Amino acid sequence: MAGIELSGIAKSYGGTEVLRDVDLAVGEGEFVVLVGPSGCGKSTLLRMIAGLEPISAGELRIGGRRMNEVPPRGRDIAMVFQSYALYPHMTVARNMGFPMEIAHRPKAERAGPVARAAEVLGLQKLLDRYPRALSGGQRQRVAMGRAIVRQPQAFLFDEPLSNLDAALRVEMRLEIARLHHRIGATTVYVTHDQVEAMTLADRIVVMNAGRIQQVGTPMDLYDRPANRFVAGFIGSPTMNMVEGTPVPDGLRLADGTVWPAPPGARALGIRPEHLHVSPDGTGLRAEVQLIERLGSDTNLFCEAPGVGPLLARVHGDVNVALGSTVVLTPDLARLHPFDAEGRRVVQIR
Amino acid sequence: MAALGRPHPALVAGKYLALAAYVAFALFPLYWLVKIAVTPDRLVYSEGTRYWPSAATWDNFREVLGSDFLRFFGNSVIVSLSTAAITAVIAAGGGYAFSRFDFRGKRLVSALLLLTQMFPLLIIIAPIYRIVAALGLLNTLPSLIVTYTAFNIPFALFLMQSFFDGIPKDLEEAAMIDGCRRMQALRKVILPLTLPGLGATLGFVFTAAWSEILFALMLIRKEEHMTFPVGLLNFVSKFSVDWGQMMAAGVLALVPSCLFFAFIQRYLVQGLTSGAVKG
Repeated sequence: MAGIELSGIAKSYGGTEVLRDVDLAVGEGEFVVLVGPSGCGKSTLLRMIAGLEPISAGELRIGGRRMNEVPPRGRDIAMVFQSYALYPHMTVARNMGFPMEIAHRPKAERAGPVARAAEVLGLQKLLDRYPRALSGGQRQRVAMGRAIVRQPQAFLFDEPLSNLDAALRVEMRLEIARLHHRIGATTVYVTHDQVEAMTLADRIVVMNAGRIQQVGTPMDLYDRPANRFVAGFIGSPTMNMVEGTPVPDGLRLADGTVWPAPPGARALGIRPEHLHVSPDGTGLRAEVQLIERLGSDTNLFCEAPGVGPLLARVHGDVNVALGSTVVLTPDLARLHPFDAEGRRVVQIR
Repeated sequence: MAALGRPHPALVAGKYLALAAYVAFALFPLYWLVKIAVTPDRLVYSEGTRYWPSAATWDNFREVLGSDFLRFFGNSVIVSLSTAAITAVIAAGGGYAFSRFDFRGKRLVSALLLLTQMFPLLIIIAPIYRIVAALGLLNTLPSLIVTYTAFNIPFALFLMQSFFDGIPKDLEEAAMIDGCRRMQALRKVILPLTLPGLGATLGFVFTAAWSEILFALMLIRKEEHMTFPVGLLNFVSKFSVDWGQMMAAGVLALVPSCLFFAFIQRYLVQGLTSGAVKG
């Protein structure tokens, strides 16, 4: 196992810059998830670590060794592709043993690691099959098996679960988590799904428009998003955002309600689960426009005149009628203040 | 649901009837070829429109096999196989480059290749003759191999490119991460998956070279280097056409084509790449 260090990494195609100033250190055995919307550069960054894309500027080190000019085969990494990329003319066993075959390891020597990986992934009965005879989940397992067999310095995953249906995705997510606990390999994992990011990562790297927005543990990002982009991207349903005019003790919202905020704040974020329906009638008045009953929770999609749409997530069921007016109060300790540029305002208490 | 799953029997029957009609239409000339080949000379004109002659004979075949035809045949095999092999190698390399790499002038080369396909061959016969003559290749089999290769490469290259395009780039990248050099990835992963494409290309070029007559007629005058389409013209004399022997020669000429396709047909089977990427 080895750590991965990126310093000042940039990537441009012709004159177009797609990645800029990427600094990141992935510790030995750490599971880091790169997350962001389509086109944010996360897959490009992963491919640069793999050696599939040349690095325009900056330095990449794996295990302390500079890797910028080293071809993929010399980096001692394994990658699981979104498309699985199994070799269709080879059996499962040969697919998994292929890296060792290329390294000229004798057949007898390959059998052991392949059998062990197959056992870990429950593929023992499928070793003689061809990829075309496997289901999506099984193919995904074979792709992971091929990565494990090599015992590389680091694992790279490029949206490995995107092609699976919802139920299988949850199952494979657990499998990846279990595998990581078992092997403890340094892993860089790319996804656009923030639930995958939150559940798998030791640390999450949120990216947007070719730049790192924030790096932190899942709870860091949830509790203290560094800017409005991270606030909106992490957490489901999305954080509510209200704008207001600064007054001495906070922000005055359009309806006259004042929510506490530090100086410099122009907007306040509040997660749906921290917005409550107030029984006593003091707070922000909003009309209920849609109700989603999820069983464990109820989502109230409301519209506060002048303030905008607000979503409140209430535990359990709630006795509210569509079209009625409710009074919403935020959990004051859970307000996220942002300045005019969208950066988090550090609260001094 | 049953109606969706199983179409009406009349529809099925109609479909097969239409297919049978098409097959009969397509194969009728072949049938006629065989029929005339086994018809004795004296009956060719008297029983011209009968579906099967009142007497059949192998005489035509015997005479053809005893003539120069075998040499023409051999020449054609050499020319066609060489053309197919050389073209397939060049087209595979070119097709791979066009499919995988971005290089300066790619669009221009591509446009030029396409341009060569736009002229009727008749226009360029004279210049080709001059070039071949200047190279001292007139009346040699290599003149045909070079010319056929040159004229078949553009189409074969585009054909191979489309096959390479159909193979996901991820496979090569996975192979390179797994420890392969690019050439190794090509040989171990991409080439086995391109066999159907190579088969199709070989088949196409072989057939084109096998039946070509225009250049063969212009560039080869000596009888010992003639290919069989030109040789067929030997059966046409000033006052008569020896239909029986000509057709027998035609039937024999089909044999290598059939053998060749029988040999490559297993590579032509599609679907080899299924299962490579997602479900």
